[in-house]
Amino acid sequence: MISLDFILKFIVAAVAAGTPLLFGTVGEILSEKVGHLNLGVEGMMSIGALTGFMAGYGSHNLAVSMIAAFAGGMVSALIYAVLTIGFMANQNVIGLTLTIFGVGFANFVGVYMVGKTSSNTWQLSADLISQMKSIHIPLLSDIPVIGKLIFSYDPFTYTGIIIALICGWYLFKTKAGLNTQAIGENPAAADAASIQVTKWKFINIVLGGGICGIGGAYCSMIINGGVWISDCVGGLGWISVALVIFAAWRPQTAILGSFIFGALRVLKYYMPSVIPIAFFNMLPFIITAAVLLIASIRGTKGSHIPENLGFNYFREDR
Amino acid sequence: MGGEVKNAIRCEKISKVFGNVIANEKIDLELNYGEILALLGENGSGKTTLMNMISGIYHPDEGTIYVNGEPVSIQSPLDAQKLGIGMIHQHFKLVNIFSAMENIELGTPGKKLPPKELRARVTALCEKYGLETDPLKPVHDMSVSEKQTVEILKILYRGANILILDEPTAVLTPQETEKLFEILRHMRAAGCAIIIITHKLNEVLSISDRVTILRKGRSFGTVKTAEVDVSKLTELMVGRAVNLEIERPATDRSEEVLKVVDLCVERSDGSTALEDVSFHVNRGEILGVAGIAGSGQKELCESIAGLITPKKGAILYKKENMAGKTPREIIELGISMSFVPEDRLGMGLVAGMGMTDNMLLKTYTRGKGAFVDRAPAKKMAETLVDKFGIVTAGIEMPVRMMSGGNVQKVLLGREIESSPDLLITAYPVRGLDINSSYLVYDLLNEQKKKGVAVLYIGEDLDVLLQLCDRIAVLCHGRLTGVVDADKVTKEQIGLMMTGENWEEVREYGG
Ligand SMILES: Nc1ncnc2c1ncn2[C@@H]1O[C@H](COP(=O)(O)OP(=O)(O)O)[C@@H](O)[C@H]1O
Ligand SMILES: [Mg+2]
Repeated sequence: MISLDFILKFIVAAVAAGTPLLFGTVGEILSEKVGHLNLGVEGMMSIGALTGFMAGYGSHNLAVSMIAAFAGGMVSALIYAVLTIGFMANQNVIGLTLTIFGVGFANFVGVYMVGKTSSNTWQLSADLISQMKSIHIPLLSDIPVIGKLIFSYDPFTYTGIIIALICGWYLFKTKAGLNTQAIGENPAAADAASIQVTKWKFINIVLGGGICGIGGAYCSMIINGGVWISDCVGGLGWISVALVIFAAWRPQTAILGSFIFGALRVLKYYMPSVIPIAFFNMLPFIITAAVLLIASIRGTKGSHIPENLGFNYFREDR
Repeated sequence: MGGEVKNAIRCEKISKVFGNVIANEKIDLELNYGEILALLGENGSGKTTLMNMISGIYHPDEGTIYVNGEPVSIQSPLDAQKLGIGMIHQHFKLVNIFSAMENIELGTPGKKLPPKELRARVTALCEKYGLETDPLKPVHDMSVSEKQTVEILKILYRGANILILDEPTAVLTPQETEKLFEILRHMRAAGCAIIIITHKLNEVLSISDRVTILRKGRSFGTVKTAEVDVSKLTELMVGRAVNLEIERPATDRSEEVLKVVDLCVERSDGSTALEDVSFHVNRGEILGVAGIAGSGQKELCESIAGLITPKKGAILYKKENMAGKTPREIIELGISMSFVPEDRLGMGLVAGMGMTDNMLLKTYTRGKGAFVDRAPAKKMAETLVDKFGIVTAGIEMPVRMMSGGNVQKVLLGREIESSPDLLITAYPVRGLDINSSYLVYDLLNEQKKKGVAVLYIGEDLDVLLQLCDRIAVLCHGRLTGVVDADKVTKEQIGLMMTGENWEEVREYGG
């Protein structure tokens, strides 16, 4: 029989596994909302994974790590923004290049750092690891079921949910969000309405990159128990790109979407062993492909895809 | 307003070059508060370019713009807005998924208003100027005139006192145009400065105080509207006297080419587009179709062209029923028909391709094997350039870069070159200057003389009356009559457009 405890454990594990996806998805939504398809999520997350880990290694402080990861993601997104907005470079080419560069750069520095340590493992301090543990709030966390379901995650998860909610509010409830959306839909209209298109594009793309970066730090700092491992992001950035479609470009929906995909990732530990593990490892990617396929069949009508997604804007173009 | 004239905008020796096209060359222009200035010039003479520089979309290469007497540097639409300048662009600049009021609020300073308050403000603005809009309706569900209203509201909401309207009437019905002009007069009385671009000379005469003329990117002086008439304006614009008579040659009309019987068409939303429409077109004849925009003209053309399947009825081409057949099947039946659609760059031509490739679109199936032979298409493109005097930097330049008149010549030229027996044209002179328009009329008459049956969907009643042999009038998808053009008056057609039958109207005389 499946016990309640078993289900609770599964849900908690799913949320934890979905957390890095949540950051990646929300970050990419910000970028896509201004019409810039950034395929560099995997790379930006890798850079964030590196800078977050490095800062944690040096400072033993979680907040400092997160800020460093955010900054790392922002800097990598800034490169993308300068090339695609300033130099009108092809968004897909730059995004892919950013992924290749980011992953490679993080691995390179990581290997170098591992070589510098005496134990041949680059590892975070026990102090920092304890800061990253799942929280335990007296009383609240002890409430049966609810306590476990709501008050038992690590600080990254809560940060991610708060960021997603803030982004949702920003995009759909503020003037700046209205401007942002207008740019992704029709930059010429936004421009004519005297919105500063370039400025808002930079702001959204760079902030989005920062958010992706924090997701990367989750991968490097938490998933592997505080030990640096090459390729720690491992394709989660790509799943995030697809999740944006699944979430219909809404940060709030991204919370749900990423946890569902998190569930897919941990399903293998909760299923009878007759089904080969490889199948479960494959599952998130298969579902990703299915989402993309369905989205493309459904076409642009009825979906919430920003109308001008993927196209650069030059004011003097006809 | 007193005797004192206050200067709103002065352009001094403005130049702008795109690549190797000189769009504006040392243009001078002056606009005062409390006046409406018409800007007149052929397609491609640089009107839009000049206005875009005043509204901050482009930046002049040379020259100075003065606003309220001060030299200014307008770097962006934001700068223009701060100076009180608002522009309605030739192609609407609206966000499709946003509602009317969201579009109106877009880009205004300050915090986002609660929807209720925004709605109240928009409604109040509408009442003040006698406009009608549904603040919550998304733009993608709007007709062109509704979109136009939103554009006007956008400018009014920002409180601009210098207004620029780039061909605002090109897509409006005469009634809608009159309403727009009422608003403009109202604003002029309130002291605003207004520039309007339009190709319709009677509109220029009715709305403007002065007219500034551009010719080939240069300013060609300014005249007081009261001192000119249509032929004088044409002469100033084109540089020579133009014969404004449209001829109607007599031809052999013995054979019936197209017969439409009891045609019924439904729109995709289930509403009725056409109801029991019957008429015929003979060879050597131009049948005009008049009607308020959206009365079923589009569906009529598209069902004849095989793009939509009628619900009921027959479309006979020399006795062969082609209702419900696809364009490919129609071609395979050996029927030679050409359709020049209203939406030239959407449906007629591929905007991003050059002339050659656009020629190929129509003829590629004639080639053998898997490869296309570009040589004949290239030759055809060159022929068209010569024959119709198409102005272009090269036949490989994307057609979207061409001016409206030249785009129309490319499309019409390509269709005529296939020597059709039946030619369907929807609003072929929309957005064209007077010279290009007369060129199109001449082309159509030439086709008529060759024995082609022409279906001409038009909007200018004066033109319909002069050019066409018979006129069919549509109202809400029903035919209110098919009349001989020389036995009917403009007023009678106007009445039929609003739903009265020919039998009822005939009694009124006129
Ligand atoms: N963004 C642009 N890029 C290149 N050429 C342009 C651009 N805008 C206008 N032109 C060219 O400048 C000339 C003037 O165009 P335009 O100002 O649109 O004329 P009008 O509005 O009087 O019809 C045309 O030859 C046109 O092809
Ligand atoms: Mg123009």
